[in-house]
Amino acid sequence: MSDAEEAVTRAHHDEWARVVAALTRRFGDLDIAEEAAAEAFATAVERWPAGGVPPNPGAWLTTTASRKAIDRIRRENRRDDKHREAQMTRDDPPEPVGAVDDDRLRLIFTCCHPALAMEARVALTLRMVGGLTVPEIARAFLVQGATMEQRITRAKAKIKAARIPYRMPSADDLPVRVSGVLAVLFLVFNEGYLASGPDTDPVRHDLTTEAIRLTRLIRALLPQDGEVTGLLALMLLIEARRPARVSADGELVPLAEQDRGAWDTELVAEGHRLVRERLAAAAAGVAPGRYQILAAINAVHTSARDIRDTDWSQVLALYDQLVRLDPSPIIALNRAIAVAELDGPEVALAIVDRLAGALAGYHAYHATRADLLRRLGRSRQSRAAYDRAIELAGNTGETAYLTRRRDQLQ
Amino acid sequence: MRYLVSVIDDKSNPGSTDRRPAISAFNERLIAGGYWVFSGGLADTDAATVVDNRGEQAVFSDGPFVESKEYLAGVWVWEAPDLDVVLKLAAEASKVCDRKIEVRPFL
Repeated sequence: MSDAEEAVTRAHHDEWARVVAALTRRFGDLDIAEEAAAEAFATAVERWPAGGVPPNPGAWLTTTASRKAIDRIRRENRRDDKHREAQMTRDDPPEPVGAVDDDRLRLIFTCCHPALAMEARVALTLRMVGGLTVPEIARAFLVQGATMEQRITRAKAKIKAARIPYRMPSADDLPVRVSGVLAVLFLVFNEGYLASGPDTDPVRHDLTTEAIRLTRLIRALLPQDGEVTGLLALMLLIEARRPARVSADGELVPLAEQDRGAWDTELVAEGHRLVRERLAAAAAGVAPGRYQILAAINAVHTSARDIRDTDWSQVLALYDQLVRLDPSPIIALNRAIAVAELDGPEVALAIVDRLAGALAGYHAYHATRADLLRRLGRSRQSRAAYDRAIELAGNTGETAYLTRRRDQLQ
Repeated sequence: MRYLVSVIDDKSNPGSTDRRPAISAFNERLIAGGYWVFSGGLADTDAATVVDNRGEQAVFSDGPFVESKEYLAGVWVWEAPDLDVVLKLAAEASKVCDRKIEVRPFL
């Protein structure tokens, strides 16, 4: 990759949401903001290799995108839209203090608006804030590209037609609006943690970092919201293990085989501190939500200096609590992994097999089965399960790990 | 920005019939807040007539254009700056009317 190409990639990671957010504020239209931002980045791809990378790529992109937006508005000649005409004739409005973060938060609350369907909120946030392409989002949610495109187009059209506002929700609406945002941010985090593109790095830490940064911002706004704290703790404790998660040759390393000395001790300590804060609240009678329980599970894992020191009965007790709150098959699958440690792979396999109907298309289901079958010495069946898991896994590092495991079978 | 605010009733599970005083009070507040443009309760769907004059001659048929368990029981037109304002008011309206509310922007 040339320097200019690298600069465009980096600018896309760093500046996409900022450009979209700034343009949305200026032109009051997500569609125009997205298209103009995409055109500005395309222009950067064309011009930066020959003309050089501008000293302030973010400002260059915002200015270029603004020009593209004005060109489009002129082209469309929207005489009925006096507001936009007015926006065209004046310079960029001055940003209020702290406006960078606030703009992106505003963008998030708009994309996560409750008047939009949940799947539209996720798609829109990943496109507008995360800067993922439509094919990447489609792949993350196992739908066709055209379907995802339509979902995003329809959501933007509703925001415009129904005039969903571009601003922070009022104080009394905030808690409800936040839980919708958290669901979306966790999905973004997961996409970063287990990136699904066939040619992308196994871990896109730009996405995990972005999800953490935005969750921190929301925590600063709502320090007493237990689920915000829980989600932040959960993300930090997962992120802390990132240095040990991918081997030198790009293979994903499962928790049991990770070099625990490579974990980020500062992130672990911060995550544990937040979990303790929520445990104190739970002791005072505040029932924990799912993110707080998931964070507690990860706190148990990150407290063990060696996999053999893991307090699996504590992990299982927490999963039992979680199943009562969220009886989804994916939670049941993860619970079965703890069962395998306590009661053996045979008991766990019986639980996992019962999830076949719901999870047949989910790579982790087959990977879990493959591992349990391997531990039971049922190599032929294990191989078939690895084959299926490899077929379904979208993550390059995971595919490499599963392939090695399969090829080690007797 | 104007929104059509529809009150949806359910034939198999109708809302309570004693809501008039509460609705009147709510309308007063809508007027005071500058949101109220129009409001009206509707007669039963049995009283509806569908007119179709797209062909040779006008055809009149008894009943609503679509038979359904849920039906339009009344409408408001509100003037509001954005959907958040409307959704807040609509949440109150749903309580006041003891019925579901659909919010739809005018073009």
